[in-house]
Parts: sequence; C-alpha cells; structure tokens
Amino acid sequence: MISVDRLTVRFGSMLAVREASFEVARGESFGLVGESGSGKSTILRAMTGLVPTDGGRMTVDGEVLGKTRGRRFHRVVQMVFQDPYGSLHPRHTIDRILSEPVAIHDLDQPERRVLAALDDVGLGPSFRFRYPHQLSGGQRQRVAIARAIIAEPQILLLDEPTSALDVSIQAEVLNLLARLRRDRGLTYILVSHNLAVVAHMCERLAVMNRGQIVEQLTSDDLHRRQAATDYTRLLMRASEGYDPTLATV
Amino acid sequence: MSTPLLAIEDLNVTFETRKGPVRATRDVTWSMGREKIAIVGESGSGKSMSARAVLGLIQPPGRVEARRLEFDGIDLRGLRPRDWLSIRGRRISMVMQDPRYSLNPVMTVGQQIAEAYVIHHGANRAEARRRALDMLAAVHIRDPERVYGTYPHEISGGMGQRVMIAMMLIPEPELLIADEPTSALDVTVQNQVLAIIDEMVTRRGMGLVFISHDLGLVSSFCDRVLIMYAGRVVEECAAADLHKATHPYTRGLLACQPRLGERAAELATLNRQAEWAR
Amino acid sequence: MTVKSWLLADTPHSRTQARLGQAYIGLTTLLSNPLAVVGLVIIGTLVLVAAFAPLIATHDPYQQNLALRLKPPSAEFWLGTDALGRDIFSRIVYGSRLTLTIVCLVAVIVGPVGLAIGVIAGYAGGITDRVLMRITDIFMAFPRLILALAFAAALGAGIENAVIAIAITAWPPYARLARAETLTRKGSDFIAAIRLQGASPLRVLFGHITPLCVSSVVVRLTLDMAGIILIAAGLGFLGLGARPPSPEWGAMVAGGRDYLIDQWWVATMPGIAIFVVSLGFNLLGDGLRDVLDPKMR
Repeated sequence: MISVDRLTVRFGSMLAVREASFEVARGESFGLVGESGSGKSTILRAMTGLVPTDGGRMTVDGEVLGKTRGRRFHRVVQMVFQDPYGSLHPRHTIDRILSEPVAIHDLDQPERRVLAALDDVGLGPSFRFRYPHQLSGGQRQRVAIARAIIAEPQILLLDEPTSALDVSIQAEVLNLLARLRRDRGLTYILVSHNLAVVAHMCERLAVMNRGQIVEQLTSDDLHRRQAATDYTRLLMRASEGYDPTLATV
Repeated sequence: MSTPLLAIEDLNVTFETRKGPVRATRDVTWSMGREKIAIVGESGSGKSMSARAVLGLIQPPGRVEARRLEFDGIDLRGLRPRDWLSIRGRRISMVMQDPRYSLNPVMTVGQQIAEAYVIHHGANRAEARRRALDMLAAVHIRDPERVYGTYPHEISGGMGQRVMIAMMLIPEPELLIADEPTSALDVTVQNQVLAIIDEMVTRRGMGLVFISHDLGLVSSFCDRVLIMYAGRVVEECAAADLHKATHPYTRGLLACQPRLGERAAELATLNRQAEWAR
Repeated sequence: MTVKSWLLADTPHSRTQARLGQAYIGLTTLLSNPLAVVGLVIIGTLVLVAAFAPLIATHDPYQQNLALRLKPPSAEFWLGTDALGRDIFSRIVYGSRLTLTIVCLVAVIVGPVGLAIGVIAGYAGGITDRVLMRITDIFMAFPRLILALAFAAALGAGIENAVIAIAITAWPPYARLARAETLTRKGSDFIAAIRLQGASPLRVLFGHITPLCVSSVVVRLTLDMAGIILIAAGLGFLGLGARPPSPEWGAMVAGGRDYLIDQWWVATMPGIAIFVVSLGFNLLGDGLRDVLDPKMR
C-alpha cells in the first residue's frame, strides 16, 4: 500500500532523513520510533507534501508521489497531529471544522456525516457547536481524529497522537484508534518516541536515529526484547524507567 | 522525631474565577525529611500548585490556606517578601520542565549561573565565575569553559536542564523541587539528567520533591510516592510497594499504560468515580 | 430559559447560538473594564450626537450674526459664538458628522486593503511577498501628515480628498501587522490539516488565516482613530480638509487662532471635542485589545 524507497530530506545543510526505506501493507499498522530529531515526523510530512524531498521515491496506493498532492491523495491519506491545542482552528466551531472536509471533497449529506463522525469518536452531538478552547486535550484529539476520518480515507498518518495527553486519556485514544482501524480496515503509520505505545499499536516498526532507519522489527520482537542493534536495546531499557547504569555521562 | 524538612497540613489553594471558587488543592497533607519523594498526578491534579504554594508563588486571585506549612520549623504562611528572599533559591530551589522557557534567552548560560551565586552569596565576579565553572563540571558538562559562554538557544534540551540544575543548586539549598524536569527530554537523556539529580541530592543530603505524570519513572527513582487526583492526595506509599497500591485511581493508572512484554488487545481505561474527587 | 442562559449554554444548538454566545462573553469582558466603558460611552455619544444632530443643536450652524460675534458662553450660546457670530455648540454638534464620516471611511478603506495585502504577502511568500512589502515600505517611508498634505494639495481641498489622502498614508502598518500574524499562523497544525484536506489557497486565506488577523487589525484601527482624527483636524486647520463654511472641527480651531487670548473658547471648544473623541477611541481600543487578544483565552 505504501512504499518508501531511499527517501532523503534536507533542511539547509542538515540531513533530516537519510535514505529511509520501508514498506507498509494494506491494513497494516506500522510504527516509526525514535527520539527527537530522528526524522520520524519529517518522513510523515514529506509524505503529505508539507515538506519538499531531496531524493528517493514514495508510492502510495500504486501512485508515485510527485511534488504536489492531488485530490485523490487527499481522499486516501489523512493525518492526525501531535498537539491537540494547535491542530484545531481556534475560531471555528467543531461543526465547521468537521464540515469543511466534507465540503472540500464535495460529499453528500454533510450533517449526517458530521454527526456520525462525532459519534464514531465517542463524542456526542452536544459537542457540535462548541469551540476548541471549551474542550479538553483528549476531546480535541478526538475531534482531530473525527476530522481525519470523516472523508473516509484509507491511510492514517499519526504523528505522536497521544504524546501530549495524560496517560489515562492516552489509553482511551489508543483504544479508539485501534477500534477504528479494525472497523474500517485502515492502514496506519504511527510515529512515536514511546516504544511501549508503538509495541502495543503496531505490528511492525522501524527504529530511527539521526535520520536513518537503524533497524526494522516486529512488535513481537519488542515484547520478547529481541533487538538486533545496540541503539534499539538502549531505547528498550530506557523506556522502562530510571536505570542509573544507563547514564553514561 | 527531628523537625521534618517540610511539613504540610490541610493545604488548600483556591482560585476565584467567573464561575465561582476553584479548588486547586484540597486538604493536602504530607511531610518529608531529607529523602526523595514523588508527587504523581495527571493535569489538573494540583501537583504543581502544591509546589508553588510551598515556594509562596501563588498570587491573587489565588489564595493559600493551610493548617501547617513549615519548612525546617519556619512557618511559610504569610511570610513577608523580605523573608522569602532568604528562603527562595537559597534554601528551597525549583527546577522546571523546559529550559527553553526557564532560562533567560539574552544572557549566557554561565552568567545566569554566576548570578545565582552572587545573589545568595554576594561574591565578586571572578569568584562567581569560578564557582559557576565548578558547578558546570559537577553536572558532568564536558567543556565547562566553552559552555559558560553559550546562550540557551545554542544548547540542547538535556544540557539546558543540566544548566538549570547547576543554577538551582549553586546556592546549596536544602530542598529541591523538580517540576517535571525530564518531561521535555528524550528518553535516553532523561536517564542522564536523573542520574545527575540523584547524585547531587544524595551527595549534599538534600530533600527532593519530584513532580511528574510518569508513574513508572518515579517508582524507580524516588523513595516514596504520593498520588494526587483532583487536588487531593489519594495514596501515599513507598516506591517499592507501588504495585501493592490500594486506591482504585492508582491501580487504574498503573493498569492503563502499555508495557513492553505485556501484550493486550485493548488497554485498560480509567473509570473515574465521582467520590475520588470529593 | 432566559436570554443570558441561552447565550452561555454549555452545548449550543446552532452556529448562530455559539457565535452570539462568544460575542456576549466578549462584551461582558469589555464592560468589566471601567476605562473601556468610558471609551464606549464617548464613542456612543459621538454616534448619537451625529445621528440626532438636528435635534441636539440649538441653532443653525451656518447662521451668521455679525452683531453677536465672539460672544462668550452663555445661556443662549452654550459654548459661545465664533468670528462670524455662529453658535459654536451647534457647529460642534454638526461637525461630529464630519468627524465620524472621515473616521468610518478611512477605516473601511484602510482595514480591508491593509489586511488583504498583508495576508496575501505573508501566505504567498517569495517574490509576491517581496514586491508587496517593498510597495508598503515606499508608502511607509513618507511622514504621514506630509504625504497627506501633498495629496490633499494635489487633489484640492474637500472632505473626500482628505479621506483619500489619509487612507493612502494609513494602510501600510496594517499590511505589516496582517503579514506578521499570517507568518506566525502559517505553520500551525490546523493550517497544515486543512491544506491536507485539499483546501485551495483562497479558502485557507479567507476562511482560516484572515479571521485570525482581524482582531489585531481592529484593535490597531481603533487605537489609530485618534491619530486619524488629529490628521484630519490638521488638514482642516491648514485649510485642506472640509471647505468653509463646513463645521469641521480642525477648521474651527484654525478659525479661532487669532482670538486665542481674549476669546479662547472659539479655538478651545472644538479642540476639546477633538481631544475627547481621540481619548474615547484610545480607551476603547485598549479595552478591545484585552478582549480580542487570543492569549487571554
């Protein structure tokens, strides 16, 4: 479904992504794990066309991606952003935020779709005419997810969707995302710095460090703590709590 | 028992808003000696408010009321601004979450650390500079001379936090309050910064209040853990006994996190009971 | 259900209800600021006086009576008479219409033009941005009053020309303001999100970016009103604004300057009117900034 071949992204003189290659099958959930600056979010942005590329090829649903993204791409691929406070327009009601994609894609029955989307993400119709500043972080993220799925895409790019949320809310949102994928047969690429989240949500994943994909493994490997590279092992140990022996200062 | 380092009884921080009074903390009671305690809670639990109340940083329209709020025998309630000068920074220090926002962007890092020294010990420039360099070395910064002259935007997050720690510990306080000091850092850098805090606190016999939302992190780092929910302390136990916690909120919090090595079809979610917030 | 609880309802049932609710909250915030209320009262009074001028004025503003020239304030002539025996109070009352006209026309031209140029420049970037900003710079390089004078002198005296002259010099700061806001917002996630839905640049510009820039432009406009009134008065003073015998306040001040010592009211009364209205706009603008500033939310 998705194929990335030797993708390279440069910001000025710095290489943000270095020849990254991976594939995602239809219906699969693929994880991109790494620390800040590893390039994982940049790959997503390059895929959506928000950031220009400097090499490599990306193919989505059989179509090679060029410099711009067309209408078909926007129907197939959607994205959920990290910051729940920045991903909704502060002056638009939730109704407007959800109706706009429907209008842009020229779909029928906007009202029914808006109510259905709100229902799908666990928010009732009472949220329709509220403003983002009246919602909590978790609720905003649900609206962002509703916006992403309202035009019925096939692929969701998730850029750290729960990093800014409380742990208990994170569980709810991750469960929601898992259910949506099951019910609609979606394909996910999930970017996160949290290894446990990726191990839970994804079947396969790639570990990134400084722009390069260091290793690709399955979530089974992660749960069994089997990794091929030192860096992945380091990440695994660091994600399990404070370990004074890891502090190699 | 000797005087506790910090003793808090029935701390109530209230804010007057358009919709009526909002209680940020409710009857919060705990005390500590020279040990590492953690205050864990989600957003809105009141953990940061408690710390600010201890440091006298709550301004109107916020109100602080407590039956007892003592630091080393000194009553912190109603202290005059002059008295706070000898406590804040000097005897109680605070490290905050993001060095990008807590370091002055127009002063070099070294100048800020030196300034912290001068304010509390009143030394000349050369002496302050020497002390600052010593502190930079103590927080394991490899090239203190070079880093002394850098500006906050030129250094990484992890190094920024080390600078914060240096700045906050140079006056040699007895109590350090760390409000989510590693939340903005990468997981590998977190370990390094925690190790430095650990070393400093242990070596100087300081007390540490570690505020975090990360239960797993603090359980491996601190001696005792306090869990807060909706302004109340709902559980208090030794870090090693966390898995034996009894309060449903704590158990819920522990259960709802994904963990390596534990496969789950669905994550357990928290069923918030109204009685926890009462 | 009372109107107030309908407005403040937690779950509005329509877009209109939601919008009105937000407007109501904004209004109550504004009214809780005493200085802003003072400003609002002053501007409100100005509008009422202009609207009901014939009912409020005591005399015909154009009626000359040389026998009663330069009379001090009295029961008959509340603010005295000017050099041609005309009632100053009535002239100030009718002059409020001119002031209001100038202010509204300038705002209506300058606001949208500055906003449009600014958001287009900020969003498009590249050569469009550079060209538009250089044009803005050129207009900004001239001292406002002097450029207004030059235009007014070239176009001739008269209220319409004064308005054009002021508008031409007043728009650049708004373009800059709008551009700065646009640059800040351009990289926001919600803009990225709507672009990812396939929104056209026009939709993004006018549906998403412009609404965010409007508040700062409105606040700036209100604060600038004071300056605009003064420039109009300055033009009037120099004889380049409204033609005589129009009761334009600046021209009235000019007409009274020969009599400043002995018959001070002729120049001072319209001067006070100018001062009070400028102050009113200033206070209102300050209050609006507190309400519209998104950081306060």
